[in-house]
Amino acid sequence: MSLPAEEIAAIRANIASRKTRDLIFTSIGVLCLALALATIAALFVDMAITGWDRFRPGFFTDFPSRKAVQAGILSAWVGSLAVMIVTAVVAIPLGVAAGIWLEEYAPKHWITDVIEININNLAGVPSIIYGLLALGLFVYTFGLGQSVQTAGLTLALLILPVVIVSTREAIRSIPQMIREAAYGLGATKWQTVKDHIVPYSLPGILTGIILGLSRAIGETAPIITIGALTFIAFLPPSPITDTAPFLNFEWLKAPFTVMPIQIFNWTSRPDSAFHQNAAAAGAVLVAMTLAMNALAIWLRYRLRKNIKW
Amino acid sequence: MNTPKLPPTPTKIKAETKNFNFYYGDFHALKNINIQLGENQVTALIGPSGCGKSTLLRSFNRMHDLYAGNRYEGELILHPDDTNLVDPRVDPIEVRMRLSMVFQKPNPFPKSIYENVIYGQRVRGVTKRSVLDDKVEEALTNAALWDEVKHRLHDMAFALSGGQQQRLCIARALATDPEVLLFDEPTSALDPIATASIEELIDELKKKVTILIVTHNMQQAARVSDYTAYMYLGEMIEFGVTDEIFIKPKDKRTEDYITGRFG
Repeated sequence: MSLPAEEIAAIRANIASRKTRDLIFTSIGVLCLALALATIAALFVDMAITGWDRFRPGFFTDFPSRKAVQAGILSAWVGSLAVMIVTAVVAIPLGVAAGIWLEEYAPKHWITDVIEININNLAGVPSIIYGLLALGLFVYTFGLGQSVQTAGLTLALLILPVVIVSTREAIRSIPQMIREAAYGLGATKWQTVKDHIVPYSLPGILTGIILGLSRAIGETAPIITIGALTFIAFLPPSPITDTAPFLNFEWLKAPFTVMPIQIFNWTSRPDSAFHQNAAAAGAVLVAMTLAMNALAIWLRYRLRKNIKW
Repeated sequence: MNTPKLPPTPTKIKAETKNFNFYYGDFHALKNINIQLGENQVTALIGPSGCGKSTLLRSFNRMHDLYAGNRYEGELILHPDDTNLVDPRVDPIEVRMRLSMVFQKPNPFPKSIYENVIYGQRVRGVTKRSVLDDKVEEALTNAALWDEVKHRLHDMAFALSGGQQQRLCIARALATDPEVLLFDEPTSALDPIATASIEELIDELKKKVTILIVTHNMQQAARVSDYTAYMYLGEMIEFGVTDEIFIKPKDKRTEDYITGRFG
């Protein structure tokens, strides 16, 4: 049988009207995305232009100064690096191990349910609360001082939920049949975890770690709360020495500043010449964060290439 | 009630269940199962979805131990040493080292072909390269895959086709020298040509190992097995020589299922 011409026309009109709605939604989506991207791009470009005059090699190798033109971010980026190292060393093993335990070992009952809910809640706690906790716990109770180690531990606490949650998500994406294959060959739990679970979830775990660290590097509030100095014209002691045992952990106890604090300090000065320094440092910080995120994407892409399920 | 009979042709029994029951929590999934697997023979489990055939197969290598709330009751004996595989005192790892399983969907590890085959040996702590190399060649040859992959043993397993992946999983299961090979619908995810090659392989493999296979496909059971058990709602309705089950089923329910009246 064949359809009469008017029915064919009706079908076409129907398709056209539905496709119009398709187009409307697509346009709204693209518009929203463009708006978000344009905002970020505008902020970044504005900062880069404002701070353009400050970009000279010395900006990265000079200490802050009373003269805006000579002021650099040496102590700030070294401080950020030192704090990030402590944060990573603490948060990565703790977070990954906790995630593995919760996903692979923990019995499923109400206690683990409570733990799970609390980890998700911790991810939503405002960062200044972590700062207050750290001030009470690390600075006053443990006497760790207003130092690199306190800042590193605080930020580690802050990103711990991010690392745990992303570790769990990554592990959960491994199909059950892979576990059954491993156990089916007589593997123990530990063999299954180390030979399969960890390697196959590594892309997701690494992504979570890097995203956590890139959040930590920009945190200001908890660092102010524990008492980072805003003007530091010296570096922490070097971790490597020329006498045995060649390692020195004094840098952990050193007072410090970090990038966001330095920016905050320069922004709050009345002399607008320092605002240019702040803009330049801000651009550097954004570039660092974007670079870390790009690394996360690249790593995930590279490592996931061989895994298909 | 039905009393599954011993096959008329007496064979050496490799494994058997005695009044075997299985529970998923409160759900009584297997009811009083008695089945004997003849040594170097293929026994097929057939029945409609949810009848418990996979549950029974997975009991043989204690897969149910991986999930909480599961419980075995009765005996599942492996001969000649008469070990009760479902005895809580028997380590499931020991069970899985003696009985290997091939799963419904090919599930190679995202590693090289070589590493996939050898994983069962790695787990045991074997590290000597020459031993591992020999094992890989032997297992892949027995799985009828050696000629296709011998020049690319270090390629990723995912590079293989579905049928090749399933034969790789068979090689992986064989590389541990199992006494019994368990197949859980091994061809349900494969095309007819790959299915035919797996069936041929099963026929070849039974010279070396005892095989228990779950299948949805009755023709497959008829083609590959020596003995067939028909299961329905967690019970074993009929168990006997495959030809007899298919030509002259004793139970009305078996007949209905085989002739396609339901299922």
